[in-house]
Amino acid sequence: MTALMGTTSGKRLERRAARARRIREPRTDRVFMFCVYLLLAVFLLVVLLPLLYVVASSFSSPQAVSAGRVLFWPVDFSLRGYHAVFENPQIVQGYLNSLFYTVVGTIVSVTMTIAVAYPLSRRTLVGRNVVMTLILFTMLFTGGLVPTYLVVQSVGLLDTRWALIIPQAIGVWQVIIARTYFRTAIPDELVEASQLDGCGDLRFLWSVVIPLAKPMIAVVALMYAIMQWNSYFDALIYLKSPDLFPLQLVLRNILILNTTSGGAVDASLVIQRQELADLLKYSLIVVASVPVLLIYPFVARYFTKGILIGAVKG
Amino acid sequence: MATLTTVRPPAGEPPARPRRRRERPGITGLRRSLRRHWTLYLIMVVPLVWFAVFKYVPMSNAVLAFKSYNVTKGIWGSPWIGWQNFELFFQNPVFWTLVKNTFVLSVYTVGASFPLAIILALALNEVRNGLFKRTVQLVTYAPYFISTVVVVSMTILVLSPRLGIVNEGLGFFGVPAIDFLGNPDYFRHIYVWSDVWQTTGYSAVIYLAALAGIDPALHEAAKVDGAGRLRRILHVDLPGIMPTAVIILVLAVGNIMAIGFEKAFLFQNPLNLSQSEIIATYVYKTGLLNADFSGATAVGLFNSVINLALLLIVNLIAKRITGNGLWS
Repeated sequence: MTALMGTTSGKRLERRAARARRIREPRTDRVFMFCVYLLLAVFLLVVLLPLLYVVASSFSSPQAVSAGRVLFWPVDFSLRGYHAVFENPQIVQGYLNSLFYTVVGTIVSVTMTIAVAYPLSRRTLVGRNVVMTLILFTMLFTGGLVPTYLVVQSVGLLDTRWALIIPQAIGVWQVIIARTYFRTAIPDELVEASQLDGCGDLRFLWSVVIPLAKPMIAVVALMYAIMQWNSYFDALIYLKSPDLFPLQLVLRNILILNTTSGGAVDASLVIQRQELADLLKYSLIVVASVPVLLIYPFVARYFTKGILIGAVKG
Repeated sequence: MATLTTVRPPAGEPPARPRRRRERPGITGLRRSLRRHWTLYLIMVVPLVWFAVFKYVPMSNAVLAFKSYNVTKGIWGSPWIGWQNFELFFQNPVFWTLVKNTFVLSVYTVGASFPLAIILALALNEVRNGLFKRTVQLVTYAPYFISTVVVVSMTILVLSPRLGIVNEGLGFFGVPAIDFLGNPDYFRHIYVWSDVWQTTGYSAVIYLAALAGIDPALHEAAKVDGAGRLRRILHVDLPGIMPTAVIILVLAVGNIMAIGFEKAFLFQNPLNLSQSEIIATYVYKTGLLNADFSGATAVGLFNSVINLALLLIVNLIAKRITGNGLWS
């Protein structure tokens, strides 16, 4: 080592000089930032390109899609796929059903969530910690698929519209978010002041708490709405009648199980049908996702806040 | 420097506030609280009945695992058979395949999405606010809102040997078309990476929030000490988001055996069954399609118990090592 002393001290000087330069002109930082932008661009493209491909295909002609000529821009622009989507009675029925499940389900869920979260947020309520622990425990341990199914069966919900609304009406996560919000946004002083003025608990909840909690309620409502709109599993287990099927289950039957009504004998007609059936898939994906994706940019901010409230304290 | 003077209140308890009349515990307290706030107790009744019926009754129904279910006698009237359902399951040749598939799929998912979400958040955090940053966030966040059915069918369409753009691309380089979904070897990769595609942007948000909560004074100090961006990420940002990351990891590991039925089931086809059959899909098939209620309940219970045990163990380890856990 001693023999190399001279060169190492030289290197050390160099390094020190480099460090001094870095504060003023961080070249390594610029290289680093280039990498960061590159990385983000890759992330962006990887997420964006499949979406673009589906949208572009949905606006192309059946022949172009079948020939695989579509990349990220429509080829032979046509709306044939969308016509086919809206001519299909199953899809239209599914769409209407999903709208029903989403609207009614969200109203039920939000009401139930507030009804349990608000009392649990009040310090004067005896036993609230025990109740909250019991609620949290359901996040960690569940009875399982079959025992739950048997309950739904025994209360007579099987194959009714309520089977998609009642059994998953309350989300524990949403209760946590609501309770935390109530606890931080409604000061005890406010409760006491209103009580002095002779305002009962229910009146206070209705005319003070709920108006104050509007942003949180919006977040929770949207979480429930999106969950409802996107769910298919409950429909798969609990429903038998096709006219009750939500859109996602119709989607699964068409997109994944490939159940298109056959019957044509003519070969060219079969090919045409096949082409149209392929195209329909792309259009259907777009149609099914549009409602959610349309509202999403407006709610993303609130969503973020909602996640944070929930993450702060469980 | 203004940033240096900001003192953050200690985490945990909110600043002490003169505590007003807190109801006395015990029976007298309960009676008084009931009389005074009966409306609050009343509005809780419906949701609590809901929790009892749809969460706790199923838990008690799980005794079915130790019984031989008889439709006419009901759950409680059916005869006890002890551990027989479990023994049958453990002896079933499919047992190890199921456990292995479930386990590998989950560990692979956690292993791929956990670091990627952190990397995305760290990278986004380096970019100052601007159009690019907002675009990346908006776009990567979006797939989370698309339904599982749609994500799976998009994946199938994109990978399809006949139409899919991936095979078009491979064909351009002279690679013959690959039937990705027909080959069991590809199943895990397709499952995991479509999941990463869908959830990374969403998961990153939590870390972004944690990053925003890091005291800027720490960054200033590191800068004065001559730390470059990479060093500040390693020594300021990463330790700063550690508590969040630990909690997310504990939760993810706690869910390892509860891996999503929905996606695996949608991706399943007779050709990839050897890799895609997991405990959840098996429970659905034996329980609801073949109506073996007791057997399926036993399998489900086995799964839930393993899950809970994993969660408790990982939480304990995390608390020992980092001092952070799900509960204190």
